[in-house]
Amino acid sequence: MYSETVMDHFTHPRNMGEIPNASGTGTVGNAKCGDIMKIDIQVEDGIIKDVKFKTFGCGAAIATSSMASEMVKGKSLSEALKLTNLAVAEALGGLPPVKMHCSMLAEEAIRAAIEDYMAKHPEQP
Amino acid sequence: MSRIYLDHAATTPMDPDVLNAMLPYMGARFGNASSIHAEGRNAQRAVDTARKQLAAAIGADAGEVYFTSGGTESDNWALKGAAFANRAKGTHIISTPIEHHAVLHTLDWLQKQGFTVTFLPVDGDGLVKASDLERAITPETILVSVMAANNEIGTLEPIQELGALVRERGVLFHTDAVQAIGAIPVDVREWQVDMLSLSAHKFHGPMGMGALYIRKGVSVERLVHGGAQERGRRASTENLPGIVGLGSAIEKACGGVCENAARLTALREKLIQGILSAIPETRLNGHPTLRLPGNVNISIRYIEGEALLLRLDMAGISASSGSACTSGSLDPSHVLLAIGLDHATAHGSLRLSLGTGNQLQDVEQTLAVLPGIVESLRAMSPLYTRG
Ligand SMILES: Cc1ncc(COP(=O)(O)O)c(C=O)c1O
Ligand SMILES: [Zn+2]
Repeated sequence: MYSETVMDHFTHPRNMGEIPNASGTGTVGNAKCGDIMKIDIQVEDGIIKDVKFKTFGCGAAIATSSMASEMVKGKSLSEALKLTNLAVAEALGGLPPVKMHCSMLAEEAIRAAIEDYMAKHPEQP
Repeated sequence: MSRIYLDHAATTPMDPDVLNAMLPYMGARFGNASSIHAEGRNAQRAVDTARKQLAAAIGADAGEVYFTSGGTESDNWALKGAAFANRAKGTHIISTPIEHHAVLHTLDWLQKQGFTVTFLPVDGDGLVKASDLERAITPETILVSVMAANNEIGTLEPIQELGALVRERGVLFHTDAVQAIGAIPVDVREWQVDMLSLSAHKFHGPMGMGALYIRKGVSVERLVHGGAQERGRRASTENLPGIVGLGSAIEKACGGVCENAARLTALREKLIQGILSAIPETRLNGHPTLRLPGNVNISIRYIEGEALLLRLDMAGISASSGSACTSGSLDPSHVLLAIGLDHATAHGSLRLSLGTGNQLQDVEQTLAVLPGIVESLRAMSPLYTRG
């Protein structure tokens, strides 16, 4: 049911973990629907230098967290904000239709982490 | 690497003896049991034999059992058939919140047709109390349906006690015994049930084959209209190989039920104790002793069930979970919520269901790999802060 890319990211998640004293943190989802994602970002000169995630969720949720973290690493904040769950799903070689809702969280978590960073650094554009 | 199949509650492998019994009826021994000629008479004889095997296995008379297309049809027929046949007497039905969807969704539909349903409470182990049932019965009550064994948490309901109570009140009693057949001894007279559903693929028989016991004299509307098969109560040309398979499978499963149950109970206890002692923050779901011999259901905090199943699958172990992400809905299992688990804990449930093919080394191998998998998923979980 899952593509090879999904299974690869699920089995070998990239950027799994936490950043101590991260510049921004976003936590989205809730235990009720079964997926929770937390993303830490380290921002330098408007660029996401490092990103780490932790996810409580199914195979799709873990794989999208991993893929999304790869897709925003090294990107500017404005580029990272353009990331959509569809782009992540596409990069994963597609997700089963019932799993699309699990992929929304990655986009939301990255946005929440960037918003958290912006709120802490109002001087930044 | 040989695989370890621990999902016998979902389905069981067909017994080779059952398959051998069926094969001729898929080939040379074809025939329509309604036909007058030799092929037809042979088919009728095979159906009669299977009916006797089935009846003997559950303590019924051959005239009280009807072949169906599976557990789901049997549940639909029992509930809809009894409800509509007794509509003049009343429209109240009593059941439980932990039934299989084959019962729950049928009851939803009956509610739309004007019937009212009371769902009895269950305790933290999933048990129904006879005193609650007694209080719920009204003069309007026409039918009570309580499952014999729960498919997720394995809890065995006190069917005999409930059956006696319901019979005394002159109300019909149905039990979904799909998980019970072949796992525990089943006797329709001892249990005092009026209707009982079963499904062949749960006891090493073929898929798409089930039966409904209807006690003599109990009136139940038809569900499937058409020809005069099954003494005019369930139309459609008999599924000859399926029926032969069901007969052969139930005879074998119920013949060896006691030895099998004792063996599986020992394996089950080893698995439960092994998991609970090796992995912190786990709990057993379902009753500790009144449970299906092969059923293990454990909640593992801070991790989600589907991720766990995928990792177990990669390690060669087939299991199941009550998490939302394995059901295609946003809600975790209604059974786990009904016994009082919070959503996060329900999402992290693992069901391991043992069967006749399992050996001690399967349990040992599972206990060897599970803790490591749980640890690595917990390390990934934002809910787990101790790691
Ligand atoms: C308790 C229970 N009832 C009913 C069913 C449905 O049986 P079938 O798959 O034969 O339709 C199942 C099978 O999953 C079950 O476990
Ligand atoms: Zn999910």
